[in-house]
Parts: sequence; structure tokens; C-alpha cells
Amino acid sequence: MIALYIILGIIVLLVLWFVFIYNGLVRLRNQMQNAWAQIDVQLKRRHDLIPNLVETVKGYMKYERETLEAVTNARNLAQQAIGKGVGAQSQAEQGLSGALSRLLAVVENYPDLKANQNFLALQEELTSTENKISFSRQYYNDSVLGLNNRVQMFPSNFVANMTGFKLGEFFEVEAPAEREAPKVSFS
Amino acid sequence: MWEQVRSNRIRSAVLVGMMAALLLAVGYLLGEAFLGNPVGGLVIALVILLVLNLVAFFQGDNIMLAVSGARKIKRDDHPRLYNIVEEMKIASGLERMPDIYIIDDPAMNAFATGRDANHASVAVTAGLLQALNRDELQGVVGHEIGHIKNRDVLLMSLCGVLLGAIVLLAWYGSRMMLFGGMAGGRRGSRGGGGGGGIIIIVAIVLAILAPIIAQLIYFAISRKREYMADASSALYTRYPEGLASALEKLAGSKIEVKAANDATAPAYIINPFRKKGRAAADLTSTHPPISERIRILRSMAGGASLADYNQAYRGIHKGGKPVFSAATLASTGAVGIRAAVPETAPVEREPSKVERTREVSDLMWRMNRYDTITCECGTKLKIPPDFKRSNVRCPHCGRINSVRPNR
Repeated sequence: MIALYIILGIIVLLVLWFVFIYNGLVRLRNQMQNAWAQIDVQLKRRHDLIPNLVETVKGYMKYERETLEAVTNARNLAQQAIGKGVGAQSQAEQGLSGALSRLLAVVENYPDLKANQNFLALQEELTSTENKISFSRQYYNDSVLGLNNRVQMFPSNFVANMTGFKLGEFFEVEAPAEREAPKVSFS
Repeated sequence: MWEQVRSNRIRSAVLVGMMAALLLAVGYLLGEAFLGNPVGGLVIALVILLVLNLVAFFQGDNIMLAVSGARKIKRDDHPRLYNIVEEMKIASGLERMPDIYIIDDPAMNAFATGRDANHASVAVTAGLLQALNRDELQGVVGHEIGHIKNRDVLLMSLCGVLLGAIVLLAWYGSRMMLFGGMAGGRRGSRGGGGGGGIIIIVAIVLAILAPIIAQLIYFAISRKREYMADASSALYTRYPEGLASALEKLAGSKIEVKAANDATAPAYIINPFRKKGRAAADLTSTHPPISERIRILRSMAGGASLADYNQAYRGIHKGGKPVFSAATLASTGAVGIRAAVPETAPVEREPSKVERTREVSDLMWRMNRYDTITCECGTKLKIPPDFKRSNVRCPHCGRINSVRPNR
């Protein structure tokens, strides 16, 4: 009789342990998915800032129509790339970063613009958005690391294998230029 | 981080338990002395205890913010600060954006408070906003968000309110009881006489206890917590130099935080007190020496992970206990440091110190509900909220400017 109780007790403990580990894994996976969604939120914020930027800058930059059009086009391309896979999207976003930094490089020639309050505010927003994009990527990778450690490490790897948890994919930036937060230079 | 969270919970429980024991003991003694019945005193003490704990739990952050004279700001009041807090919120994976408060004080300091990660606030002084550049401010905010993520904030607000209340009670109580003791002595001469003696003993005991309790706060908030928040900041920003250079500026400042007191001091990023006009001393009981914190951050050569911080810490504390346990470190990986902006590259244009000063002083004027009118000659006139007349003469050029009537 006592042996039966002991066995029952062990089974209950095992089930509890299983549930505990499984819930932990689910929490980490949700955290990772949420972190991925955050990156898109920040990218979208950058898209939203650009019409405003172009509008502010247009009045000052009479002779830079091509640069401005390049930014607008890159932004439209990036918006179209949403939902077309990570590769296409990150390529389009890189194009946008490039066009933006070209635009901000020529700002140097327009001292009036550099003193414009509206532009200064936009500049802060752009800098911060670039930071937020890289911080959200950073947090996504941190979350992936947390999940992968759990999936691979003993003893939680048993639970992960049984319930079919997959390893998360790190966000790798291919071009070395993109590895850091694309630096927007406003000198 | 879970270990740290658990250890904080235990510390919070121990702290609350000690407060409870202290209050009950006082209640018992007072009941015995005044009511002639210890149970009545115990009941009163229990009620006070319950109220205090509930207040500390639900309102600890608000009390702490109110005591420091902090005022809440919105995004438009200071977009850069708001953005930096949001950046750190994203980097740390915090779910809710903390509320942001500004303390109108030229001293340089900051603290975080709140019940948990979903009810958290970050407060910075105006002096800090003015003196630090973007990277440095990010480091400081990262440190505060680290306190929120590591669940230090509940313990800090419990400390602040409970111990602060007890220190005050003990201080006033001991004085009141000296009076009461004399009155009791007179009453005692009429009947019995034992009560007066006990009351005087209680008064003496409480008077001795008050400073000891203040010391307790210092023990409860261990130095390790500050190291851990520094490590978190380095991890979130990937740039330990930002916090290091901010700490250097903070250490050099000679101004005390006016609104700080013994009960709130441990919550600040560096000790808010100064010895008469001196820079922040290294020997402070609540916080680790600043120079040491800077040295650790600067010797994080390999990367920005918790393991790198741990290694740097052990490089400076030979043979000391590590900041993080092996179990915590096992769940983290290698993390690179963000490259500093090279000097040859076109540096990001940042507001200069003068611009930051103007920004902050404008914010303070606005927060004190002053109106700003720009005169045609370019002079900015600050109109106080209780200004009655409908127009004002510019002291610079003599033009008459009308004050907006819709105030």
C-alpha cells in the first residue's frame, strides 16, 4: 500500500514538473514571437516618419528632388515588402536606410534647415527610431537565446523534444553595414 | 535573473516581518503602559501595521515620488528622455512603458520605483537631463530599468515607506513619550507608579532604535543590487562606456538632492548626500564606491553580457564573491559591445550642453505653468500663472505685449 502511494506521489511530481517546464517553454516562445512583432512595429514607425520628413525638407531643398524621390521610393518599396519574407523585407529596409543617410548627408548644405525646429524634432525621432529598431532586434535575439538554451539544455530538452519545440532563428544581418544600427548621420 | 527575483522576494518578506515584530512589540509595551492591557495595544499595532503595509504596497511609489517632488511628464514635454526610456524598455523586454518623472533639482541623480514591472516609474533630476549626453542618459535609464526588471523596485518602495514611517514615528514618538512619561509620572504618583517607568524605558528604547532602523535600510538595500543594475544597463545598451561616463559626471557633482532623506537615499543611482560641498565620496554605506563601479564598467573589454560584467568584477575584487551565480550565467550568452561612433565619421548631431540647458529650463517653466511670450525683439517673456494684467511691457525693447486672455 505504501509503495503504491510512493509511486503515485512520484507520478504526480513528474507531471507537475512536466507542466512547469512546458509552461516555461511556452512563455519563452511567446516572448520570442512578441519580440519579433516589436521589430515590425518599429520598422512601421520609421515608414510613418518619412512622409513628414520629406514634407519638412522639401521647402528647403529645391535642388535635391532626386534624393527626395529616392527616399520616397525606397519607403514605398519597403512597405510593399512587408509580409514577403525576412530576406526581401530586410533588403528593402536596407535600401531605405541607404536613401535616408544620403538625404541626411546633403542636409549639411542647408544651414536654414538645420536650424528648423520641426526638422530638429524629426531628427530626434529618426535617431530614436533607428535605435529602437536595433534594440528590438537585440531583444529578439536575446529571447531566441533564452528559448534555445531551454530547448537544448538538460533536463528541459526532454520536454521540448516530446512536445516538438523548435529552435528559434536568430536575426542575422548579412551586410556588415547593417550589423550595427544604421547610423543616421546629421552632422 | 529568477534567482535574484526570488532573493528579493525573501528579503522583502523578511523586512516586512521585522517591521511587524517591531511595531507589535511597541504596541504591546504601550498597551501595557497606557491601557493597562497589552492586548488592546497589540490590536491597535496590528491595525496600524496592516494599513502601513497596504499603503507601502499600493502607494509606496506615489509617496516616494511625492516626497522627492517629482512631477510626471508626457512625451511632448521632453521627447528625447521619453524616447530613451522607450528604447530601454524595448531592449529589456519590459511590457509596459514606465511613467517618467522629473525632479526640479540641479543635482544629478535618478531613481526607479514601483510595485512591479507593470506599475513602475523612472524619475530623473533636471540637472541630470542637462548634463548628460544621449549615450550617458541611456546608460542611467538602463540602470533604472535594470532595477525594475530585477524587481528591486518593490523592495525599495517598501523600504522607503515602511522604514521611513517607523523612523519618523520613533523620532516623534520618543519625544511625545518623554512628555507623556512626565504626565504619566504625575498620574503614576496618584495610582501605582509602575507605568511611568515603563514609558520612559520605551521612550529610551525607541530613541535608540530609530538610528538603528535607518541603518537597517542600508543593509536591506545591498550593494550587490547596484552592481547588478549596472550589469543590466551594460547588457541593454551594449555600451558600458555610456554608464561609466555618466557615473563619472555624477560623481563629480557637488550638489545634494534637496528632497532626499535617509529613507529614500538607497533608491537613487548614487548616494544623494554630499559632505558639505564635496564631490560624492567613495565611502558611502548604501552604494558601492562610484570609482569602483566605473572601473568595472570600463574593464568590460570582451563584451556587454552579464558574464563579461562578472569577469570584470572579479578582476577588481580578487577572490570576492561573484555578482552572478553560475546558474544565472549559464542561461546567458556572449554579447558584443556596440562600437563607439568613430571620430572621423560624421557624428550624430546632438544637442549641446547649452541647448540641453535651455530645453530643461523651458520644461521647468512650463511645468510650473508659466506662459512664454516671444516679443518681437526676440526676448522671451515668462508670465507667471497668477499674472493678472492683460498686457506686459518688454523690459528689453519697451514694446507692449498682450498676455493671452485664455489663461
